[in-house]
Amino acid sequence: MTEFYRQYLAVAVLMGAAALMFGAMLGAGRLLRPNRPQPEKYVSYEAGSDPVGGWGQSNVRYYVYALLFVIFDVEAVFIFPWAVNLKTLDTFGLVEMTIFILVLTLGLAYAWRKGVLRWA
Amino acid sequence: MTLALSIGWGSTLAIKTIVVLTVIPLGALILGYVFLLKMMSHMQSRLGPMDPGGFHGWYQLVGDGLKFLQKEDVMPAQADRRVFAVAPAVVVMSTFLVFLVIPMGPDLVVKDLDVGVFYALAVSSLSVVGVLMAGWASANKFALLGALRAAAQLIAYELPLLLAVVGVVIQAGTMSLQGIVLSQQHGKIFGWGGLGEPFLLTQFVGLALFLVASQAELTQTPFDMPVAESELVAGYMVEYTGFRFLFFFIGEFGTAFAFAAIAATLFLGGWAIPGVHGDWANILGPPVLFAKLMIIAFFMFWVRFTYPRLREDQLQAVAWKFLIPLGLANILLTGLFKVAF
Repeated sequence: MTEFYRQYLAVAVLMGAAALMFGAMLGAGRLLRPNRPQPEKYVSYEAGSDPVGGWGQSNVRYYVYALLFVIFDVEAVFIFPWAVNLKTLDTFGLVEMTIFILVLTLGLAYAWRKGVLRWA
Repeated sequence: MTLALSIGWGSTLAIKTIVVLTVIPLGALILGYVFLLKMMSHMQSRLGPMDPGGFHGWYQLVGDGLKFLQKEDVMPAQADRRVFAVAPAVVVMSTFLVFLVIPMGPDLVVKDLDVGVFYALAVSSLSVVGVLMAGWASANKFALLGALRAAAQLIAYELPLLLAVVGVVIQAGTMSLQGIVLSQQHGKIFGWGGLGEPFLLTQFVGLALFLVASQAELTQTPFDMPVAESELVAGYMVEYTGFRFLFFFIGEFGTAFAFAAIAATLFLGGWAIPGVHGDWANILGPPVLFAKLMIIAFFMFWVRFTYPRLREDQLQAVAWKFLIPLGLANILLTGLFKVAF
């Protein structure tokens, strides 16, 4: 097995260990905790009053923020390799990245101007 | 003499996994005890947590643990049962994965991945999935609102966090956390290498961005709208009891521990001590890293206990109109200095 696979095997092992700990602690808890079912306990808790209607509603603004986020998150993925190799890319790389960031900032400025960032 | 025992990589990995399994709950307990119980009690004149067990209320945390242990496991009738049950595990898993890359000494790291810090930030943001699962599956209006607030907040502050780190990566020329520590250890301040060069000196804007953003990622005051008890009871955690709730707690404080350790590694030089190499660095590394991360954590919790909560629109405005442009400017400036010198 090569070093590359070993490195990512460690990720899988750690995930498994976390799941195992979760299961073990809940299993141990099952032996210790009481269990006295009453129908009132299983009603959704909404500050004392009985819940009305099923699911709640939420602001559509969250969706726009998610879209903006995707753009800038992908940008970050491009910036990291550039940051590692900046010494070899030198002035050329710096100018290129400046243009790239400016274009994206333009996008942010447009969204700002259009009132996307205002919470109305 | 070398401390590195010659055993197979499989047993090494097993030992390291066990160490990580103990470090995370231990770290969460230490932060919870020192800061949440003792420091908060002193700063806000809270008498309760200082009382149980006599000296300084040492018994409070033990009592809290015992209380969690004997709570009934209640699951609301309308809940999406499987998703509801698994959500805390997703949150705690993302905390565990961060610790894979944090170095505590020259040889004391589970796996020093090439993409180190990028990987750490990527897996730490997986907790958003767990939070959304918890809020959605609870079938509770407070929980859903809390989860959506949390998701919007976590993704908005993910960006300043990433951008703050880029400055350090430019200076070090590597994403591996071990490489970042070494480049600080071998750095020079105007040609004088006695202390190395902690990136704190050049990346102070990055450190400030990182601390503000990690405060928001941890949903700590002043960014605690997702769990605001006066508006949403406890947000996405409202329907959770007992151990499942405890896992959210471990996830929160374990992540605080991890972020403090990453900040100490990126900006304060991590485990490195001037003039100490080889085996001694392996022995002294963990306590030194711990001391540095407690300093960072002190500032994080100091802010938490001091400031009032922001409003939801103010929160988004701070991230998008101030922190992200500042982060981009910091990257370009750092790049300019790197190319010029």
